[in-house]
Amino acid sequence: MPEGLEQGLPPRESDDLRRLAGIMVPASIEYRLPGADDPAIFADIVASLGRDRAAVLQALAELRQIAGEGFAAMQDAAAEAAAMTLLGRQGPVVVALGRAVLQCYYRDPRVHRALGREPRPPFPLGHKLEQGDWSLLEAQKGRARMWRDVDNAGV
Amino acid sequence: MNDTASPRPTDDMVDVLIIGSGASGAAVAWSLADTRMRILCLEQGDWVKPTDYPTNGRDWEARRFGDADILPNRRGLKADYPVNDDNSIMKVANYNAVGGATVHYTAHFPRMHPSDFKVKTLDGVADDWPLDYWTLEPYFAENDRMMGVAGLAGDPSYPPHTPTMPPVPLGRTGTRYAQATNKLGWHWWPSEIAINTVEYDGRAACINLGNCTPGCAQGAKASVDITYWPAAIRAGVELRANCRVREILTNEHGMASGVVYYDPTGVERFQPAEVVILAANGVGTPRLLLNSASGRFPKGLANASDLVGRNLMLHPWPMVSGYCDEEMDGDRAPQTVMWGKEFYETDRSRGFVRGYTLQYSRGTGPVNEAVSSMVAGRLPWGKDHHRVYRTLYHRRLQIGIACEDLPEAHNRVTLDPVLKDSHGIPAPKIDYTLSDNTKAMMEHGIARATQILEAAGAKNISCSRSVLNYPGHLLGTARMGLDPERSVVNEWGRCHDVRNLFIVDGSIWVTSGGVNPTSTIQALALYIADQMKQRLANLFD
Repeated sequence: MPEGLEQGLPPRESDDLRRLAGIMVPASIEYRLPGADDPAIFADIVASLGRDRAAVLQALAELRQIAGEGFAAMQDAAAEAAAMTLLGRQGPVVVALGRAVLQCYYRDPRVHRALGREPRPPFPLGHKLEQGDWSLLEAQKGRARMWRDVDNAGV
Repeated sequence: MNDTASPRPTDDMVDVLIIGSGASGAAVAWSLADTRMRILCLEQGDWVKPTDYPTNGRDWEARRFGDADILPNRRGLKADYPVNDDNSIMKVANYNAVGGATVHYTAHFPRMHPSDFKVKTLDGVADDWPLDYWTLEPYFAENDRMMGVAGLAGDPSYPPHTPTMPPVPLGRTGTRYAQATNKLGWHWWPSEIAINTVEYDGRAACINLGNCTPGCAQGAKASVDITYWPAAIRAGVELRANCRVREILTNEHGMASGVVYYDPTGVERFQPAEVVILAANGVGTPRLLLNSASGRFPKGLANASDLVGRNLMLHPWPMVSGYCDEEMDGDRAPQTVMWGKEFYETDRSRGFVRGYTLQYSRGTGPVNEAVSSMVAGRLPWGKDHHRVYRTLYHRRLQIGIACEDLPEAHNRVTLDPVLKDSHGIPAPKIDYTLSDNTKAMMEHGIARATQILEAAGAKNISCSRSVLNYPGHLLGTARMGLDPERSVVNEWGRCHDVRNLFIVDGSIWVTSGGVNPTSTIQALALYIADQMKQRLANLFD
């Protein structure tokens, strides 16, 4: 992990968020996927908090209220239970937390390749788009006029 | 003579001053340029370079939650002003830059229908417009030529007209929609979209970047910074970016004398003008008129009718999503593909008047799929996350319901007593609720869109009533009409109360129709410009 990227969060919050991210989106052998606590992905999450930073810190504070101190070092079952309690809450704080994790996870090159997607920006190569079946429009071409004739309104 | 004495520097007089460089400001500037008058446009935002658009980078989706968000309150850029929309189910979307919201729009480009201009006559609600579809028809056509519109002639839901280039491909998603809609016997037609399907007017064809909002790095989407503005500037119009107007001043004759604005360095200046044209959208324009209150106009400029800011219409827009069992072409094509007008015209047996467009859309990219499905409760956290995600990714079908909301005086823009922008100018406050007619229309549309998705074989169909799509269609807050007591501007855009002050943006709409408004906003702006040109000798009579 590049040095300094975690400066976006204090150490305790960073540890808690990393543990939490790994529970939210765990690594998968079946799908050959890293978890959101993967070093590169997590560094991206912390560096990209941006407008959601305050909400994420609020979410972590709520997590500490649920789990008590030391969430990052908790046993797996207890940590997962605390995390799911937090994530089950409605509201903008949990949405911001989810967005902060997902926006980085789903741009990771390994995740893109696992989805069968080339890890590149859309521009300049773009994508191919097939025409589709234009014969389906024939069913519409014989329809009577649908727009209302204003000149005859009320007549 | 100004109504305030001030040491602020004064710029050279211009003949025409346009406030705002978006869809309508660009069109009116271009049209008036052939008069050879000195025309100046002040724009509070900057030019945005195509190389800065999100699709240049791998963080293209995440930027839609940040500096490229449609909501100014989330974006919070230097050019943005805050909007208090806490008391509104619909949030205000806009974009403050050269080109305005056309930089961020999907470029879905339907015209209003003939019946939309005669709702009182036809349906007994709201008011008729003081002009009709046929008056605007030549300006729709001229605007289509300037912007470039892909589509297909022959749609039975519209009077005949011919788009300027072939339609956007149906692709897999459109084919699936078309099969389903045919099965139900309902109308659909390829959408008219201001995106190049072939090279047009020196701009390249679409290469399916898949994220038309915000900003097209290819230049295939017709935002006015690359359509009208280059032509207007070549014709002699001056556009000053990063200049925020604070208020419009008036003279002893009750005429607009010019505007006070902040230049790019933050210096407050006075720009005198013979004619002032407002093109700042349905929130920005009433905000500016209300902020221009003075001893002569204590309720706000051009507000003797007390209608400035009232009758705000925002197009409530539920989105119905479902997922099919094979991969579609989401995020690899323009987002909108076709429209359905089966339920557009009034049928009172449905339990409401007026109607809606069904806007058939393609799915979205990997981040947006994950985030929106997380918000909707479709995508779990933990062990089952990856399995479920694979049933969602690139399998989305999504139909938007573009509802016509009728004008209601209590839906309005006022000035927030506390909130201000970075220059200390009072910010707008929005109060907006849904009427029973709108709610009934929404439910009808949700049910019909659900039927289409079911016929398309989609599963996991859902629609939020509490989080609607926010299209940024800001309409109705300075409406046009013949009666000065019941409207703000006359039938050709001139304020009843201030004879050298014109409005050309969506504020002047009498009713909202059930379509994306940009095509009609621009046709109206071109029409008003033509009316001004025909009356130059007696414009203020």
